[in-house]
Order: sequence, then structure tokens, then C-alpha cells
Amino acid sequence: MNPLIYLDNNATTRVAPEVKEAMLPFFDELWGNPSSMHNFGGQVMRYVEEAREKIAALINADPSEIVFTSCGTESNNAAIYGVAEILGDGAKIITSRVEHPAVLGPCRHFRQHGYDVVELPVDGVGQLDLAALREALYGGPSLVSLMWANNETGTIFPISEIAEIVKSVGGVLHTDAVQAVGKLPIDVQKIPVDLLSLSGHKLYAPKGIGVLYVRRGTRLQTFLIGGHQENGRRGGTENVPYIVGLGKAAELAMAGIAEEEHRVAALRDKLEAGLLATCPDSRVNGDRRNRLPNTLNISFEYIEGEAILYHMSDLGICAASGSACSSGSLEPSHVIRAMGVPFTAVHGSIRFSLSRYTTDADIDYVLKHLPAIIAKLRAMSPFVN
Amino acid sequence: MWDYTDKVMDHFRNPRNVGRIENPDGVATVGSLACGDALTFMFKLGSDQRITEAKFQTFGCASAIASSSALTEMVVGMSVEEAAQITNKQIAEYLGGLPDQKMHCSVMGREALEAAIYNYRTGEEQPVNLDEHIVCTCFGVSENEIWRVTRENNLSTVEEVTNFCKAGGGCGMCKGDIKKIVDSVVAERTAEQATKPEPTRKLTNLQKIKMIEEIIENEIRPVLKRDHGDIDLVDINGDIVTIAFRGMCAGCQASGATRQGFIEAKLREYVAPSITVVEEGK
Repeated sequence: MNPLIYLDNNATTRVAPEVKEAMLPFFDELWGNPSSMHNFGGQVMRYVEEAREKIAALINADPSEIVFTSCGTESNNAAIYGVAEILGDGAKIITSRVEHPAVLGPCRHFRQHGYDVVELPVDGVGQLDLAALREALYGGPSLVSLMWANNETGTIFPISEIAEIVKSVGGVLHTDAVQAVGKLPIDVQKIPVDLLSLSGHKLYAPKGIGVLYVRRGTRLQTFLIGGHQENGRRGGTENVPYIVGLGKAAELAMAGIAEEEHRVAALRDKLEAGLLATCPDSRVNGDRRNRLPNTLNISFEYIEGEAILYHMSDLGICAASGSACSSGSLEPSHVIRAMGVPFTAVHGSIRFSLSRYTTDADIDYVLKHLPAIIAKLRAMSPFVN
Repeated sequence: MWDYTDKVMDHFRNPRNVGRIENPDGVATVGSLACGDALTFMFKLGSDQRITEAKFQTFGCASAIASSSALTEMVVGMSVEEAAQITNKQIAEYLGGLPDQKMHCSVMGREALEAAIYNYRTGEEQPVNLDEHIVCTCFGVSENEIWRVTRENNLSTVEEVTNFCKAGGGCGMCKGDIKKIVDSVVAERTAEQATKPEPTRKLTNLQKIKMIEEIIENEIRPVLKRDHGDIDLVDINGDIVTIAFRGMCAGCQASGATRQGFIEAKLREYVAPSITVVEEGK
């Protein structure tokens, strides 16, 4: 029986045992509706608000600026639809070529409805061209949606400079921070983003819960019309157990960010150095100076990612690939293509994303087995000999 | 994860016949690094003119590797003529089936086999026909290839064509062109079924189309090519054959005369006296 070496945490994380523990009472005992006018239900509201405070604390926001959603995709959709509808058609929406589909999809939807949608290019390490951003912002009210950190490569955008540029011309700034929250310190007092998306299952809470941070004073259309919940911004009875779980996860994340930046980053660096040393013709994709501490995206030239993933999976190693075949489309990842990764390497990209549960032994196991997989596939490749 | 059969996974994990053969009788490489999969296939014949050995090298996903491995097992013991009959469908069936979106892996196998047989017969690499009409520029898929996979695999939607030969899977600009081809093939099929019960000597549409293609390929194209020209068969609707001139023929003053005096005459002679040839867009 193989061990489980889970290095696909940018896809989803396991639920922290503490989080699960915190949620359980809200299934068995405290299962009332927080809006009810009886104590059995009403007493639950306190726990929802406590969770809200913990999440606010994680990003240094006010609890009233936290709106619970069902996932990161909903948060991104709510932000883009909510602002675009208010700006009206003809308005400009600025985003980048390397955004998650949950941002690119809604932006492209508005392109079909008369909005001027600009997708900013990135350079070879996936960094944004700030001059292009300044140019795109010229004239007219704009919504800017740029990610804090990239899910595939871990490249961190210069969000502080982006915010300064966007706010100096009065634009509205949304950031998809799904991959950044819990891995990097985030302070919305210091970095004046207007809207910020986060997702529970990327930070050890379960799937099915997310948050949209809405800075006070930001004009945003209601995104789920119904009851008065979430200050009328999003109707629907609160998903109490998951909200409580996310609160607990935020508390753990606050305590754990330092560990993420040191221990996890050190393991990632060990994996990177080990693979580069043992696998010839490999290259790192992404900005190694500005990168999430847990993410390594590495291309093995002349071989294909899905084949690597399946061989790793046979050994219990879980990772992801930007290759065409593993995505179900025929084109490799839009992020890898936008970066202009050479054609010898686009189909052989593998993403390893570590977590607080990753151990030194996990990394040793990958370093022990992966070079043989790469060598086996290379020996089979018509381009190698 | 893909729903691969046990046989696909077995051929992926334990590929048969990986490597190269010294002095193969036929060898070819299809696909490319940029497209995401490529296959070098080679075979050797024994004294009885049957394939005694086949080997492959593949760059690609699990099902590309499995399809290549399966192909090498399938051809051993066959004569070249028998091997030439292998279809992509048979490769997929040999593996217990492939996911829809992975059918192009079996097509790659069939293409490599064909190219290697061409190499065996001519001693040369199968030429890339630069004048051939490329429908999907993202993946370099020609009109002929799309006609062929659509017919051979009984396809009826653009999505299926994409699954089988990748055409339309990139920018998607060519989907309209693919749809026209698919619709024609579907119409062909319907017409063929309608005419099937009649035990008549009259040509079915499908037979007629095949004959027209063959005459163009073997009688007409080589002549035009001598003058650096070329021709595309655009459409066949009843007795009306629509063509387009390529290369030097396109815009040539004498192309009207060529169409009537040469192409139409040939088709009337070999296929049916009722045929009329028209030029696309004229």
C-alpha cells in the first residue's frame, strides 16, 4: 500500500481536524436558524458573528465588510457582476490573461454585452506589466480584477502597486485572493482593495464556503435576492456549520502564516532544488522571487504532464499539470501559454502545492521516485534520442 | 481522472515494444512537441513479407502511449496490405475503448501506421502537401483528414470531430467550416441509407463521391501539379461538383478552360456523363 503524498493543495486542502471539531456541534445541537425569534435558533447568530470577526481579523477588515458566499467562484462572480452592473455598459473591465476561469469567464461575459474588456499580458515569469495597466486605465470608469497570487505558478502580483495605480484614478479594484489568504499576510487597511475573494477549502475549511470582502462604501449590486441576510447583499439562510468552520480555519491561518512562510517554503525549496538537480531539462515556471511559499510549478521538457501524473498517482503522489491532456481540453494551460513557456516545456508542466501537513519525508519520497518516472518517459519520447 | 479501461492502464504502465529497430522497413513520425503528442512508429518484415517486429516511441498522455503500444501488438504477424486496413476504431477497440476526448490518440496511431507504410513502399517520407487545404490552423488538420475521420467513425457533430482529430480544439475559428463537412457527411450517410435497399447498378452517392475523389487524386491533381497548381474538392451535390483552384491555378487566366475542358471531361468520362464542374464562389 502506497502512502498518500498530497501535494495538490492549491486544488483543495484537507479539512483541519480542529475545523471539523468546531463544526460538529452545529449539526447535532446548535442547528437552529440564526434569524429565528426564539432562543434555540437565535442563539446561533452569535457563532456566525464570531466567525465573521475571525475572518475579518485575518485580513484586517471590519466584520461588517465580510459577506459569506458558497465558494470562491461565487465571490468572484458577485464582485464582477455586482460592480459591472452598476458601472453600466460601455464601462471598462481590466483583468489579466492568467486569471482563474472564475474571473475570466464573467469578464468575457460582459465583453459580449458591450463592455470594453482588457486582458493584460504577463511576462515570462507571469508578472504583470504595470505600464500596460496604467495605459488601460486611461479614461472612463473602470473595474479592475487582478489576482493576488496565481493558482498555477504561485506568482504574486504587486498588489500594493496595483492598488495605488487603480485608486489614483478612481477605479474599483477586485482581487481574487483565493490562493493568497492563509499563505501570505493580508492587510486591507494597508492595501486598499475594494473587493477580495477567498475560499474555505484552500485554507483547511471544507468545500462549499467562501467570502467576499466588500470595503465599506463600495457600490455593489445585491447578488442573491431574497432575505435580509448578509446585510441584504446575499439572501439565503446562513450555512452555519461551514461559516463556523471557516472562522476556525481563519484563526488557525493567522497563527500559521509564519510557519507557511518558513517551514513550508523551505520544503518547497528543497523539492525544487532536488528536482532541478536530478532531472535534466527541467525548468521552473513562475516568479521565484515573488511566489507563494507552498507552490512549485516545474516543466519537464519533451514529456507530457498527464503521463507523469498517472505514474505519480500509482505511487500515491498527488499533484496537478497544466498539460492539455490533463485539462480535458486540447490546449495547454492558459497561464503557461500566456507566459510564453517554450513549446518543448508547455505540455510537461507539473504543479506541486504543499500544505501545513506536508512533511520532510513526503518531499524525500517524491525526490526518490520522480526522477525515475521522468527518465522512463524520456526514454520513450521520440524527441530525446 | 479519465475513465481509462484496465487495458489502457496496462499498456500505459507496461508499454510493449518501446524503442527503435535497426534498419526498419518502414518508419514514420507524426505529431509534434507543440501539439502535445507525437509518435514514431517503425516495423520490420520477415522473409514471408509479414511484420515480424514493430516498435514505437511516444511523447504524449497515458492514452497516447497505450494506443501506440496497442498498435505495435496489433500489426505483428500481418502483411503490409493487412496492416494498411487497420482503422483508428480498431485501435481503440483493442484497448477496450477510449474516452471520447481521447479518440485522437487512436487516430494518431493510424496516421503513424499509414505514414510508415508509405515510407516502406516509396522509401521516402510521406510528403506534407503544402497545397492541401488546412481547415484547423491551430492543429494543422486538413480538410481531407476531417472528411476521413468523420466518415470512418460515423461522426455527426463538430465536437466529435474535435475529439477524434483535434480540429476545432484550439481557437475554435474553424468550427463553422468543420460543421459544413460534418453536415455533408451526414447528408451523404442519409442519402446512402435511402438508396441502399435498391439493388440497382446506379452509383450510390458515397460511391460517386469516392470515385470523384479518386479521379481527382490520381488523374487530375498530378497534371495540375506539373504546372505548380492544385485543386480542392469543395463539395459534391448531386451531379454538381464544386472545386477550388489552388497554387498557380488560382487566378490563372486559363482556369476556366481547365475546369471544363479537362476536369469536367475527365469526371464525365470516368464517373458519370451528367456531371457538371463549377468553381467555388463563381
